[in-house]
Amino acid sequence: MKKFDKERVLLAVAGPVIALAVAFALSSVVLIASGKNPVEPYTLMFEQASFSDIQVLIINQASMYYIAALAVAIGFRMNLFNIGVDGQYQLAAMMAAIVGAHADLPAVIQVPLLLLTALLTGAFWSGIAGVLKVTRGVSEVVATIMLNAIATSVIAYLWLPDVFGVKVGNNNTTGEMHESGWIPGIDMGDAGEIYGLVILAVLLGIGYWVVLNRTRFGFDLRASGASESAAAASGVDPKRMVLTAMLISGGIAGLAGLPILMGDTHTYSLNFPTGIGFLGIGIALLGRNSPVGIAFAALLWAWLDKASPELDFHDYDKEIAVIMQGLIVLSVVVSYEAVREWGLRRQQRRVGAELAAGHVLGADNNTKEVAGR
Amino acid sequence: MTAVELAGITKRFPGVVANHDIHLTVRKGTVHALVGENGAGKSTLMKILYGMQKPDEGTIAVNGEQVTFSSPADAIARGIGMVHQHFMLADNLTVLENVVLGSEKLYGIGARARRKIKEISERYGLGVKPDLLVEELGVAARQRVEILKVLYRGATTLILDEPTAVLVPQEVDALFDNLRELKAEGLSVIFISHKLGEVLSVADEITVIRRGTTVGTAVPAETTPRQLAEMMVGSELPTPETAESTVTDRPVITVDKLRLEAPGGKALLDDISFTIHAGEVLGIAGVEGNGQTELVDALIGLKHADSGTITLIDEEITGWTTRKRREQGIGYIPEDRHRHGLLLEAPLWENRILGHVTEKPLAKGVWLDPKAAQEDTRRIVEAYDVRTPGIDVTAASLSGGNQQKLIVGREMSHTPRFLIAAHPTRGVDVGAQAAIWDHIREARREGLAVLLISADLDELIGLSDTLRVIYNGKLVADADPATITPEELGSAMTGAATGHLEHEETPEPGEDEAR
Repeated sequence: MKKFDKERVLLAVAGPVIALAVAFALSSVVLIASGKNPVEPYTLMFEQASFSDIQVLIINQASMYYIAALAVAIGFRMNLFNIGVDGQYQLAAMMAAIVGAHADLPAVIQVPLLLLTALLTGAFWSGIAGVLKVTRGVSEVVATIMLNAIATSVIAYLWLPDVFGVKVGNNNTTGEMHESGWIPGIDMGDAGEIYGLVILAVLLGIGYWVVLNRTRFGFDLRASGASESAAAASGVDPKRMVLTAMLISGGIAGLAGLPILMGDTHTYSLNFPTGIGFLGIGIALLGRNSPVGIAFAALLWAWLDKASPELDFHDYDKEIAVIMQGLIVLSVVVSYEAVREWGLRRQQRRVGAELAAGHVLGADNNTKEVAGR
Repeated sequence: MTAVELAGITKRFPGVVANHDIHLTVRKGTVHALVGENGAGKSTLMKILYGMQKPDEGTIAVNGEQVTFSSPADAIARGIGMVHQHFMLADNLTVLENVVLGSEKLYGIGARARRKIKEISERYGLGVKPDLLVEELGVAARQRVEILKVLYRGATTLILDEPTAVLVPQEVDALFDNLRELKAEGLSVIFISHKLGEVLSVADEITVIRRGTTVGTAVPAETTPRQLAEMMVGSELPTPETAESTVTDRPVITVDKLRLEAPGGKALLDDISFTIHAGEVLGIAGVEGNGQTELVDALIGLKHADSGTITLIDEEITGWTTRKRREQGIGYIPEDRHRHGLLLEAPLWENRILGHVTEKPLAKGVWLDPKAAQEDTRRIVEAYDVRTPGIDVTAASLSGGNQQKLIVGREMSHTPRFLIAAHPTRGVDVGAQAAIWDHIREARREGLAVLLISADLDELIGLSDTLRVIYNGKLVADADPATITPEELGSAMTGAATGHLEHEETPEPGEDEAR
């Protein structure tokens, strides 16, 4: 049934391609409306992507987007909307920074300790929402939004000088981490350094795919997302699954800030990037919750981020990139649903046609080998 | 004089049976039955006539005038009304409020409307009381409200979609009396059904639809049920009768004083006790909504009993999770396969895994084995005659009967000791129905214990070794399927008869033949 496989690829690509085309077209409309050249900003930004130092920035940025988007995607795969990735990764990065500043162990222990700290902090923070949902029926959307706000306050508290804060000039920091917790980057010469933890992002992507597609747990999780009632009848304990998925999502979210923390800043300060968790939602959407799709989406987002500042030097506003990101998310939601329904109908029609033509599995012996998913 | 005439109606649909070149003529003042198997295309045709779907080809004429409908509002304006199979009433409103809802302009919402309702009710003998709350009404009364709603809007042609599916035999007779009143007043009724006995007793004319097209018309007086059945099916009608008894004395599942409560403390199931032995099929008869769903949920572990015990062979399983119950040999053919039996947008081979993710050959330790799962899906597709071009297509692309065959094949593949079969042949075509019955019979021969829940009394009587009747959450009666008739079973289903039901010898050859 090679045909149906090809079809799946076609459908997988059609959604994002349509969405991107629409988003770019609409962005051009915005440019025209504001009396600007509708094409030049793109050429400028494409040109930026050809510089190796920008490329390094894009990859570094994308690694964090990628991890955050995976965290969101895990939730999406079972119909949970973890909107709290933002609070989870910030709080987790801060805890890792604090532990890194106060514990000084050999690197082989220090690094795993910091990773574990971030993971557990993230999982703990999302776990609160999970427990509330399972025991009290509180929507995880509401709970995680609230927890984002609380995380901001907790961070402000921890920054107090008589708690864990260290004032550097006007900046709040958590003090510099001990060097055993630093992760060396991959030196790219003049272009700069790629964060060592980019590799963690790649490993997480592989792990995500393997767990979802090749384990019993992953099957149960996907089944819960596809049909809660069917999953329950198949033996999945819905409450436990909600809690587990929330914990995993938060755990991964906790790692999202680490590439920059352990590879560059070595402290959690006011300059630490915020908002990655929210961007992760759009990236997970665009990437259709697939590890490969998310990788492309994360790179696209990082490119828009890192190439747009150049626009300011050419009399364009770099905010056009943000407008574009917004338009992409909007068109993605519409186009995916349209493509999904279209694909489902198309397949029903084709199955009907095949059956009418007598192509029934088992009716003849020249049925082709079925390729795995 | 014709009320409605459909000519050459064709409707193309993805995957499933569409309508093809349909001809249907309904005369004024008659009950016209439209019969055909589940999935033959009756409902699609009626949706076209009611303006919910547009035909790709063909014409519709009402009272001799050609019309095109783009919405049900157009159809209503032309005097066509539809009583849906699933009632569309608001429980917390009164009958009056339900009737005027959406048609406030006709007779207002007060005294005038109440007068009109009373007038219609008396004229057609519907016995509808305008000021009762709908939630206080039984199923039959709700149906009469639906009919009244349609008449109130000025319908002269009524479409009744499987109106008897939710009724017990006594209520069916009352409905038929109402229909006779309607046609005596010059209205026309299109009566959709697949129950031949009913059709022959109420209809003036019958149109048979098979595989999406009309295959002929018949007049009840000149037709036997057998002939009608063969027109419908295109071949001999299968019967669900089981040959010899295979019941052993080894209990497989024992339920003792099971009680399940709704959140408020109201009993959904009360004092349910039964034993099913190896090789025995226990049939549960009852009007839908009397605790069947809850009973199934309690047995499969989706709901946990408030008191009482469930024992599988010699182990008490009352506290077990659903997964453990399934692993230990409880098979489950759910009532609603789309909600509980399938992942519609997942490929067939993933659906093969659903419910058995921890079992061989689908998993090795914590890992899935997709190759083995695909291999086994192919085996099921062939062994159970699931019509599909491949195992990578989504479950949603298969017809209902083929989906159900896949589910049956999946459940049987793990050699269950106890099978819960809730409406196993609902909404499947005749061929699949016969195949599913065969599989259940075969498994029974090999010592499987089966709990069969069905709204099809013929299926229940034909397949079961023992029959119990559930009413209001209690098992109120039992009967011997060898002698009981659907009518006798029906009176117990309304709660009118309890205890052991004895068949009373009243020779009714005509009626017997109709069944």
